[in-house]
Amino acid sequence: MADPMRIRASVVGDATEVKVLMNHEMETGQRKDSAGKVIPAWFIQTVTATHNGKPVLAAQWGPAISKNPFLSFKFKGGAKGDKVQITWVDNRGDKRTDEATIA
Amino acid sequence: MDMHRREVLKAGGGATLYTLLAAAGFLKPGDALAQAWNKGAFEAKTLDEVVKALGGAAPAQSKDIAFVQTPDIAENGAVVPIGVSSSVPKTESIAILVEKNPNALAAVFDLPAGTEPTVSTRVKMGQSSNIHALVRADGKFYVATKEVKVTLGGCGG
Repeated sequence: MADPMRIRASVVGDATEVKVLMNHEMETGQRKDSAGKVIPAWFIQTVTATHNGKPVLAAQWGPAISKNPFLSFKFKGGAKGDKVQITWVDNRGDKRTDEATIA
Repeated sequence: MDMHRREVLKAGGGATLYTLLAAAGFLKPGDALAQAWNKGAFEAKTLDEVVKALGGAAPAQSKDIAFVQTPDIAENGAVVPIGVSSSVPKTESIAILVEKNPNALAAVFDLPAGTEPTVSTRVKMGQSSNIHALVRADGKFYVATKEVKVTLGGCGG
């Protein structure tokens, strides 16, 4: 199981701003190790976000996203105390879900 | 629920079926939010191929798409902040492409109603390149382009 994400969700004006920092290698599959062997690709493929169980973002990522990915987006309708849940799935089938409360 | 769903699941495994449907173009990415990964689009090399793989025709240049917090010169190609904001009405999804990366497409964000058409993330760039922000709005594709210079590549070993 991968390390937890850091999620910060806060109300800005009439919208909720969500910032997420994930822990992931995001290996491209283009690099080679010291022995010249290609390091297999290992990266997050899909990211979904829900607010009180309702989807607010669905993303598909390629290996060009940086290591330990950062993501930020805004949605309308969030209120203080609501839950925001983020899930990612990588190309090995590993997944992780973390939750934050809107501040 | 109904029996049909069970049969379908039994027949081939839900995920596999979903992938096939998505690949054949029966499902648009925005239809279901827990969608399958669009392999074809992520293997495409150019903007036109990506648009095709996402199910569109030639995108129109648009001045309603802005880059936010995106540098003109990035010191470290491994971590280049890219933010895209679209004011095209009915924006449904935003994609970020790096023209000179081995595979152009970096990310696709599907935005359901209620989510503001602004996303930002960080991407890797192998070398100085044009960045395309591709927006799908009301079924049509729009694109904006910005050049980002990289002083240190992000794809080296």
